[in-house]
Amino acid sequence: MNLGQTIIDGLALGALYALVAVGLALVFGVLRLINFAQGELITAGAYALSLTSNWPVIAQIALCFVVCVGLSVAIERIAFRPLRGAAPATTLVATFAVAFALEAVWLIAFGANGKPADPLSTLNTIAIRGSLNLRWITIVEIVAGIVLLGGTALILNRTSIGLQMRAAATDFRTARLLGVRTNLVISFAFVIAGVMAAVVALLYTVQTPLVTQTFGLDITIIALVGAVVGGLDRLWTATAGGFAIGFATSVLGDVLPASQEKFLTAFVFLLVILLLLLRPGGLFTGFGRTTVERV
Amino acid sequence: MSRLRAIQTLLASIGLLLVVALIGSGTSAATQQNFITALISAVIVYGLYVFIGNSGVISFGQISFVAIGAFSAGLFTIPTQPKHFVLMGLWSFIADHTVSNFASYLIAAGLGAVVALIVGLPLMRLSGIAAGIATFAVLEITYNLFLQWTKIGPGPTTLSLVPTSVGVWQAFIGAGVAAIVAFLYQSSRRGRLLRASREDPAASQAIGVNVTRERWLAFTLSGGLCGLGGALLVHQLGSITVDQVYLELTFLTLAMLVIGGSASLWGATVGALGISLLDSWLSAAENTVHVVFFSVTLPNGASDLILGVIMAAMLLFRPQGVTGGREFSLAFVNRLRSRRTRAGTESSRTAASGQPETTLEQDMQPTEGVESRAER
Repeated sequence: MNLGQTIIDGLALGALYALVAVGLALVFGVLRLINFAQGELITAGAYALSLTSNWPVIAQIALCFVVCVGLSVAIERIAFRPLRGAAPATTLVATFAVAFALEAVWLIAFGANGKPADPLSTLNTIAIRGSLNLRWITIVEIVAGIVLLGGTALILNRTSIGLQMRAAATDFRTARLLGVRTNLVISFAFVIAGVMAAVVALLYTVQTPLVTQTFGLDITIIALVGAVVGGLDRLWTATAGGFAIGFATSVLGDVLPASQEKFLTAFVFLLVILLLLLRPGGLFTGFGRTTVERV
Repeated sequence: MSRLRAIQTLLASIGLLLVVALIGSGTSAATQQNFITALISAVIVYGLYVFIGNSGVISFGQISFVAIGAFSAGLFTIPTQPKHFVLMGLWSFIADHTVSNFASYLIAAGLGAVVALIVGLPLMRLSGIAAGIATFAVLEITYNLFLQWTKIGPGPTTLSLVPTSVGVWQAFIGAGVAAIVAFLYQSSRRGRLLRASREDPAASQAIGVNVTRERWLAFTLSGGLCGLGGALLVHQLGSITVDQVYLELTFLTLAMLVIGGSASLWGATVGALGISLLDSWLSAAENTVHVVFFSVTLPNGASDLILGVIMAAMLLFRPQGVTGGREFSLAFVNRLRSRRTRAGTESSRTAASGQPETTLEQDMQPTEGVESRAER
């Protein structure tokens, strides 16, 4: 296997996980809440794509965005808003419960056998052939990752609502005292999370065209692990962590000999434990910052 | 007196386990399995409670110790002859040795505790989200190893031919032992130190509690109880796959602990038995059950949906669980009784002051053991 190919595949998978991580980190930033239900948004978007397979592609994509953003905001209103201020363990289990319930809804509505969804399957063709085989989807994933991450950074740094979001993430109460409209800011974070989920649903169906009820949960858990390893406190460290775990999984999968490859998950998670032990506050968090609370 | 009051919660828990065992022993063989499952769930939830409840640190990894217990107890009780045929790749030590039923429980609990001891040594320094993710990583690693490494287990196939020795009473004894261990630990000096660190980590460190060491002890004990639970599970089912001791069981048992109230032994008992029986009933309802005049058939997956919704609703309205994280106590029953005797003379005053007590009474309603006590 070619090293360049390995790196390019790693970049593509990393970009996908980074997008999931952005959604998780934005919500965590304003609410201190790990949103397991983020994965269910991705699943919902993918089901929306599969149910509308005879629509024009543009309409399919539009519907996917509407479903993801709508569900994201709805979950926040119904389930998470009453939980504000609860202990982290409680909210963690609550989002898990929401994810679990939604998964059961998918099972009841769509059955256990999975539905095909491949609106963008043409992207699976090879764009550049040569010593490196470059598929369109790889290019699209990397470009989409860069554009969306750049866009999010612009919103956060150059707009009023972005400023309010950063203020709320730093100190929720003080921001509120200074007139930041918290409900608006939180809803906005969930809107962006929904957009990210829609993009991930679109791109992920290209490489995994069968939508089952755990379609989104699996990648969300991996991205969450990456985001925590990177440092969930800040957007860019969480994103970098999400990217890193995607990249590491892809590269390790190529590099490991076939007899060891089946233990890939164990290797990755062993690495996760080691990194958490060495840098519990986050791999990319600056030195000297400590997460232990002092009296 | 305070020791007497403290032991009430253990007696009430064992009493409730006994009620479940007695009802179970009177039902048909098929229905009985649901009651056995409830008792085994209680063992696993006690295991979770010893660590999560006492330390306040969330762990997604305890089901790995259930898996270790289930596979070690299963592998060591399959007769040697068929074991050589069915599981070819097994390490010769596991393949050549077969032990008695009782010894397999000791092996399972011991192995669970030892692995927890080793895993806990580095992990217990973490807290909060980092601890949650690191313990989740432990679950993923265990799952991956059991799924792929055929030297230590059946790999992706089903481990079958395990003797099914667990009936209602064996499960009851297992649950009773787990309850006693959990109770002894939480009322011991070490348990109290850990509970102090749960309430305020910084302050407890300031008075000299070695939080890491206390968490480590609880983690090890929890690993042992979870291993025991796994052994009971495999001896109930007779066959097991790796997927049965993975994410879904993690979610279900955590839900039991949180719904019951993770801060008390009584909460663990109520949550485990209540949710397990509810889950069994809902799963049965997916193949039609009869409720008085109606016959109910739920679509596939409905039991998970109802469970998830109940759990989310519970966290919204009672974040501390059904029991509010309180231990069982007869004190409120006594208060009720004295109120009842006073009621004849000063009915108006007690009606005004009765508000908090009636809410307490409602808390305890779903449990049959308490009702019978209150009747007396």
